[in-house]
Amino acid sequence: MKKTLMALAATTILVSPAMAEDVKLGVILGFTGPIESLTPAMAASAELAMAEVSESGALMDGATVTPIRGDSTCVDSAAATAAAERLVTAEKVHAIVGADCSGVTTAILQNVAMANGVVMISPSATSPALSDMEDDDLFFRTAPSDARQGQVIADILEDKGVKEIAITFTNNDYGKGLAESIETNFKDRGGKVTISAAHEDGKGDYTAEVGALAQAGGDVLVVAGYLDQGGKGIIQGALDTGAFDTFVLPDGMIGDALPKAIGSDLDGSYGTVPGTDSEGADIFDKMAKDAGISPDAFSAESYDAAALILLAMQKAGSTDSKVFRDHVFDVANAPGEEILPGELAKGLKILAEGGDVNYVGATAVELVRGGESAGNYREILVDGGENTTAKFR
Amino acid sequence: METLNALALLGNFLIVPGITYGCQLALGALGITLIYGILRFSNFAHGETMAFGTMAVILATWGLQSLGVSLGPLPTALLALPVGIMAAIGLLLLTDRYVYRFYRRQRSTPVIYLIASIGVMFIYNGLIRFIIGPNDQQFSDGSRFIIKAREFKQMTGLNEGLAIKTTQGITVVVTIILVIALFWFLNRTRAGKSMRAYSDNEDLALLSGIDPDRVVMIAWCLTAALATIAGTLYGLDKSFKPFTYLQILLPIFAAAIVGGLGSPVGAIAGGFVIAFSEIGVTFAWRKVAGYMGYETDSLMQLLSTDYKFAVSFAILVIVLLVKPTGLFAGKSF
Repeated sequence: MKKTLMALAATTILVSPAMAEDVKLGVILGFTGPIESLTPAMAASAELAMAEVSESGALMDGATVTPIRGDSTCVDSAAATAAAERLVTAEKVHAIVGADCSGVTTAILQNVAMANGVVMISPSATSPALSDMEDDDLFFRTAPSDARQGQVIADILEDKGVKEIAITFTNNDYGKGLAESIETNFKDRGGKVTISAAHEDGKGDYTAEVGALAQAGGDVLVVAGYLDQGGKGIIQGALDTGAFDTFVLPDGMIGDALPKAIGSDLDGSYGTVPGTDSEGADIFDKMAKDAGISPDAFSAESYDAAALILLAMQKAGSTDSKVFRDHVFDVANAPGEEILPGELAKGLKILAEGGDVNYVGATAVELVRGGESAGNYREILVDGGENTTAKFR
Repeated sequence: METLNALALLGNFLIVPGITYGCQLALGALGITLIYGILRFSNFAHGETMAFGTMAVILATWGLQSLGVSLGPLPTALLALPVGIMAAIGLLLLTDRYVYRFYRRQRSTPVIYLIASIGVMFIYNGLIRFIIGPNDQQFSDGSRFIIKAREFKQMTGLNEGLAIKTTQGITVVVTIILVIALFWFLNRTRAGKSMRAYSDNEDLALLSGIDPDRVVMIAWCLTAALATIAGTLYGLDKSFKPFTYLQILLPIFAAAIVGGLGSPVGAIAGGFVIAFSEIGVTFAWRKVAGYMGYETDSLMQLLSTDYKFAVSFAILVIVLLVKPTGLFAGKSF
């Protein structure tokens, strides 16, 4: 905490005499708000990649990378836009890692990034709507779209022989998009959705929501919400009243905090989170732990988002978003030498020599369609009070 | 049998949670109404006061737990309540000394107080996050349930379970005790009477020799105690997270205004009106109707739960239109 504060203070004081080779990256995540338990690790992971590049001295004749944080709040578009506006116009960041939640990401993209021509790579915005949105080729994400997550969850439900589900979702772009995707996919497989109801975040009391869900019934309850917020409240309420025993937890609900808070009652619930069993994931895990970060959901994606920006800059030989935006795909996908976490220096050198890289990173990044991750998911099973990996899909 | 099933269902999802939530709102609204009655402004920092008191309780609870103290089936936090109340009293008196007293000397209008209280809210907010952090804190211990849904089913042979959590029981009992104590204080003691006099007519009270600083101090102390207890009960029942205490401010204000700002009876009634309308209007009646002999495929839900907020505010608007002083004409202790 002290260190972060000092770093923050230092960055604010030292902004004025920016040196020519100083690359500034904005890190806009919801440091306050519904996913505030995840964002410190996410930001630290992104900054880990930046530090790695700075130390290597391999980025464009030894440029250093300075992260500048901004608070997206996850839910308040106006506050997020203001934070991004400050980073882009006052701090003059070259690109943005973020934002985190789909709604604020859309707002920042449309109001700030496109207006100023700044590249954004989001580690965790997963709304399907972002796939088709007009973005001047400035927007990418290292997280897959929820259109894909809906399929994966429907597959899991089918495998488990679930016939009827109730869905509750957090009332925003992320929740709505994901709930619709799950509903469509599950119905296509012959399942029945008894109710699909929204819940608001940030309330302590979810009795009314749990009541409605319980009356509708179903084999399992799909909770497309946030683990620090309504999602947890709903699960606690449903367990207390005996309304549901088993829960399906999409990515926003995966985090160590949830099983810890709910306890053994959550055992047997299952979910999905973007992830791979690739070598990169293990390497990143170890790197993060060595750096004093306890990696949680979307930490690896954050590292990859920062790494992709810097590799693309190197490939383009420019820190100008309008130039390097065309190279993000090149560095993320084949052909080229595969680059794992911790090998950013190697990747930068290859690029400097005119070679090609295929950034694999911590999450086996493969950009598809409008610049989003193809979508590898880890199937989570809550067992013995912990999130365990059942398999990869 | 069918009727009993329907009753158990209603009890589990409507009545028990409604009463608990109502008690929590009522205690919060009492604090708002006390400050409004004495200092004549809407104290927006009340939610954060609840969070601050609760935070002190949590820290003391952890201390007690590490010493191995426990209350058996009851949460240890109850034992830590006095510490939290003292901390909250200290904080509020300091705030009054350095913020509100200045405006009192200036004879500022209520709206200035209100804005100042918003500033105070942000400071508390930061203070709380600085001390305990923004994350969820679990501090309830002891046994979790009085009756579990499954046990109830086995006991009665009904299809529907009824769960009553220990925290729900404690909330109701503590609220009843607290409300009785508060009314006894306001109606029977000298200090309470002087508060009511001050609230009714400030000038007249001053003329009869009531010390305004003392009245204000007592009001803050009572508010701190109510806020800490309300916050702790809420935190025990759900979980402690600073963010939710900011959010609960809205229904608490709705409860206080519906009941009539300045009226303690109104605050309690308002709490229950808001709690039951939030849950009742958005309740899906299908299963209950099924037990009563009307099978249907529709959910029989009057309003989707999305409109839960809207319900309390619709009631607020109706009350303000029809009876602007609230259900129990406000500003009379």
